[in-house]
Amino acid sequence: MIPSAFEYATPATLNEAMAMLAADEDAKLLAGGHSLLPTMKLRLAAPTKLIDLRKIGELRGVSASGGGARIGAMTTYAEATASAALKGYAALIDATSIIGDTQVRNRGTIGGAMAHGDPAADLPAVMLALGATVNVIGSAGSRAIAIDDFFVGMLTTALEEGEIITSIDLPALAAGTSTAYVKFANPASGYAMVGVAASVTMSGGKVSACRIGLTGAGPSATRLEGVEQALTGSDGSEASIASAVANAGDGLDILGDIHAGEDYRRAMVSVYAKRAIVAAIARA
Amino acid sequence: MTTETMFGRALKRREDPRLITGRGQYVDDIQIPGVQRIFFLRSPYAHAMITSIDTSAAEAHPGVMKVYTGKDLPAVPVPCGVNLPDSNQKTPPYFMIATDRVRHTGEIVAAVVASDIGTARDAAEKIVVEYDPLPVVVDAEKSVMDGAPQLYDGIDNNITFDWKLGGGDIDAAFAGAEVVIKQRLVNQRLIPNAMEPRAVAGRYDSATGDLTLWDTDQNPHIIRLLICMLTGIAENKLRVIAPDVGGGFGSKIFLYAEQLLVTTITKDLATPVKWVETRSENFQATTHGRDHVSYVEMAFMKSGKLCGLKVKTYANMGAFMTAFAPLVPTFLYGTLLSGVYDLPALRVETIGVLTNTMAVDAYRGAGRPEASYLLERVMDIAADELNIDPAEIRRMNFIKGEFPHMAVTGMNYDSGDYEGNLDKALAQFGYADWRAKQAEAKAKGRYLGIGLSCYIEACGIAPSKMVGMMGGGVGLWESGTIRVHPTGKVTAYTGAHSHGQGHETTFAQLISDTLGVPYDNVEIVHGDTNQVQFGMGTYGSRSLAVGGTALLKSAQKLVEKGKKIAAHLLEANAADIEYKDGSFSVKGSPDRSKAFGEVVLMAYLAHNYPADLEPGFEEQTFFDPTNFTFPEGTYMAIVEVDPETGTVTPLNFYCMDDCGNVLNPLIAEGQVHGGVAQGIGQALYENAVYDENGQLISGSMMDYAVPKITQLPSYTTEFAPVPSPSNPMGVKGIGEAGTIGSTAAIANAVMDALSSMNIRHIDLPLTSQNVWNAIQAAK
Amino acid sequence: MTTITVTVNGKSYTRDVEPRTLLVHFLRENLSLTGTHVGCDTSQCGACVVHMDGVSVKSCTTLAVQADGASVTTIEGLANGTELHALQEGFWEKHGLQCGYCTPGMIMSAADLLKNNPNPTDDEIRHGLEGNLCRCTGYENIVRAVRYAAEKMNTVNAD
Repeated sequence: MIPSAFEYATPATLNEAMAMLAADEDAKLLAGGHSLLPTMKLRLAAPTKLIDLRKIGELRGVSASGGGARIGAMTTYAEATASAALKGYAALIDATSIIGDTQVRNRGTIGGAMAHGDPAADLPAVMLALGATVNVIGSAGSRAIAIDDFFVGMLTTALEEGEIITSIDLPALAAGTSTAYVKFANPASGYAMVGVAASVTMSGGKVSACRIGLTGAGPSATRLEGVEQALTGSDGSEASIASAVANAGDGLDILGDIHAGEDYRRAMVSVYAKRAIVAAIARA
Repeated sequence: MTTETMFGRALKRREDPRLITGRGQYVDDIQIPGVQRIFFLRSPYAHAMITSIDTSAAEAHPGVMKVYTGKDLPAVPVPCGVNLPDSNQKTPPYFMIATDRVRHTGEIVAAVVASDIGTARDAAEKIVVEYDPLPVVVDAEKSVMDGAPQLYDGIDNNITFDWKLGGGDIDAAFAGAEVVIKQRLVNQRLIPNAMEPRAVAGRYDSATGDLTLWDTDQNPHIIRLLICMLTGIAENKLRVIAPDVGGGFGSKIFLYAEQLLVTTITKDLATPVKWVETRSENFQATTHGRDHVSYVEMAFMKSGKLCGLKVKTYANMGAFMTAFAPLVPTFLYGTLLSGVYDLPALRVETIGVLTNTMAVDAYRGAGRPEASYLLERVMDIAADELNIDPAEIRRMNFIKGEFPHMAVTGMNYDSGDYEGNLDKALAQFGYADWRAKQAEAKAKGRYLGIGLSCYIEACGIAPSKMVGMMGGGVGLWESGTIRVHPTGKVTAYTGAHSHGQGHETTFAQLISDTLGVPYDNVEIVHGDTNQVQFGMGTYGSRSLAVGGTALLKSAQKLVEKGKKIAAHLLEANAADIEYKDGSFSVKGSPDRSKAFGEVVLMAYLAHNYPADLEPGFEEQTFFDPTNFTFPEGTYMAIVEVDPETGTVTPLNFYCMDDCGNVLNPLIAEGQVHGGVAQGIGQALYENAVYDENGQLISGSMMDYAVPKITQLPSYTTEFAPVPSPSNPMGVKGIGEAGTIGSTAAIANAVMDALSSMNIRHIDLPLTSQNVWNAIQAAK
Repeated sequence: MTTITVTVNGKSYTRDVEPRTLLVHFLRENLSLTGTHVGCDTSQCGACVVHMDGVSVKSCTTLAVQADGASVTTIEGLANGTELHALQEGFWEKHGLQCGYCTPGMIMSAADLLKNNPNPTDDEIRHGLEGNLCRCTGYENIVRAVRYAAEKMNTVNAD
């Protein structure tokens, strides 16, 4: 219940935070802490130092930018849910209103969730579907990581040693685009056993483009490219959706546990892909 | 002065003001100056030899007072209080701290005492324990097979007992039957998860030799008795206080290693010490419940008439046996297997099996939920196979006629109206309407299910003589003392213990009525061995039927004493005195009276007082019931199954309970709600899973689904009392009914929803995955 | 040790704490405010919920040092003197508690819920309390208690 001892610091600037991170290879950044602190309490993690980002003003806040939106890394789920600038991203709001529970949503941050890369977190699926960009800063300067390149593997992202996520950019949604996120939650933890986010663009009665993000099922979040291809060009009817998702889980690296074994989880990928697409199109 | 009748009133609880303002006093809330904290190092292996333990680095860690291993402490056993008759019971030896061998994950191998818990835990990480792993067995059926890993020398095939019960001519019953339903049933392992984990604090006064233990338990006197028997501490030197206790559900009845260790360590160090269990420890090292695999054969005539029942159950007892363990899958289970039915013949065998898992003992309902689930599930399978409505096959087989009724199990049912209860439930809860809605939903492709369960349980535990015949090492009477102070204010002392049940309210209600004093004048004391005479504690839905009756009888004794005093003051014959509304008066001459307060005061002054009467106004009763009570009822569950995912959503849950007369409907209803929630938890969500290496996979609330508020339905509760003749209030008990009756109702509803898919049965828990797998298999 | 200043139930406290001290332990052990409980070690149960700067948080998943400069309200600070908060009254009236261990956290979560949604449906009440486990009540009376409080607070506000 009590973590191992560590030092604690609250840098006021990103430069200060980066310097601290560079100075101690066993230091960790602290955002909302709702993934990190529980693992420290169970002593599954024992960083020597926590660098709390809460006092760095530039990491906070949501703003509209170029038709899209920029979400500061330290924006909490609750703040995102309430943000006027994010209202159009229905899939994001679907996720930020059901992640964890009220208290998790009050403390957990969007940047923290992305950096952790938990395979069962909700947001990765949404960010994949929305085609987000992750903005990071490190000793080598700033860079933007396309979401498709971000999730590398189990609890592993494209973040380099010493890099800090500063914000997430969401591109403007193309005309005729609607989005949704649905989750099949673990009955105990509430994490996604399967979570699917869909962004579907309808044009002239056809699906002209779509992005489908999957989380929970495998070692890291991924796009369902086969489903995207099958759905694109279809009329978006229930029959065409059913056909597009029929083998959605095939070929994926799927994890199993006591709540959902591999075969079951694979089958649920199809079911929840269908539900996400139906929900997205229903919002069109 | 007129006092309102309190019996039957839905009074809000007097416990609540402290609990809703954060002023409850649970063990960890009690401020003990100078208290040192204990961290227990536990085995990560399920079965291993301990080859060495090196504590030197831990002892050198700053802030550490002492580190204990098994070699530093006397070999004090963790006791099992039951020796089943005629069952070849072999009780495994299990000690408070492992020395040479561990047999389940979470077994204590060392204790670190330090200034704070963080330091204690830091130091514990420096203890080096070398283990030599042994083969592991976690499954009861595998554990009894030849060649399975053996846990203890001298307990062959890990069989700790083989218990049998029979009644009627079972061979004739099966020979004459037309249909035999055979089914293997799993009643999965559960983890009680009281919201307050266990906690023990001890303080030893080396000057007086007095030792105080604050312990979160359900029965402080039994805890004291066992500690004293095992450690040699005198009972008059050990005070056990169970203050506010955050739920028990059976798991806080037993004496565990930790209470013995805290007692031993505080005395050894002459320093106050405290251990507070983490939830992770609670999962690993607080008793679990259920874990049966049963082979059932139930014989019927084609008409649906029940002929006989054969059950063979493998009960997984875990790696050792705590206080009640052997009773749970035997006398608390087998004796209820005829349910509310006129069953002509029965044969039950329970094989108690040791495995490399945490000990299994009483968990809410304790044996009776297992019995009720088995019987009610198989009744539904039979109804399905014989093409009879589930309500009708039950009606056809109910016990009807006169009570008491001697069941084939040997249980003497006190009272009940099983058919009347079912009829009320079906009518009030709209069984026919739900069938119509189900058909409508089906036409739209939705799968609604309606499930019935008619339960019975044995409560008011228990007549001491019967407990003795069952091999129990205690009596299960209860005590109640009422002390009326000279001013007329009342303090009542009960051996029952409230950890959520509301005794401070309900017991004051019944005393107020009987003693004719205002409710607000009555205080209830419980949970402190230095205040309360003796007590057996709270479990088995016994508090009101046994503990309440003890108080009632003490109040009646006081009224009788008051009549003698009043008769003396009024110069009348005691037989001519009647007591009503706080006034003793001469029959037929209401103006010749003495108020309660005058009588009580005179009992203390004793100036003008009967020569043959002792002064003072206090009475004590040790009430030993002559029979169990037998609550019964009908539960109806409505569920919807999502055929694509297998997910079951409970939509409604209806309860028609006969718990005898209802003292406080608000509290009784709350007990039903909570019980039902735990029964639904078993039906749909909860599952304790060990892997083949004996690691508890469902070892935290991240993996073990304690039901959330979003996972449970709203409940409708009604009472249909048939008073019990077993006690003067006619009460039966309601603490466990909800759990006992609800699991089968949900399971039956799920199978009902899937009836068109040719699915006969799915084992518990009916998780999305298990239901989906069954749907796929049936395709 | 790190020095922190936290306002708890309206009173400012300055204390030295180890960085690893959880907010719940700071409240319970440093300030003797034992109404906030610990029921798990994985942030599931919600027995430890308090308000920090106006929103509900799990104080077992918050470091005391993270509360430096913050204003914290615990169950002990919810009532207005001897006058119970409408939620406390609701839990009492509707038998929304049995053993009482989860109750402080449950009430604090419900207070956050009603602040943001003064007139919740039963489903919204359940969604808002999803992070609080109760093993005794089966939740039915908790829903009734919150509904009671919402109605009472709305009536008072309407007056």
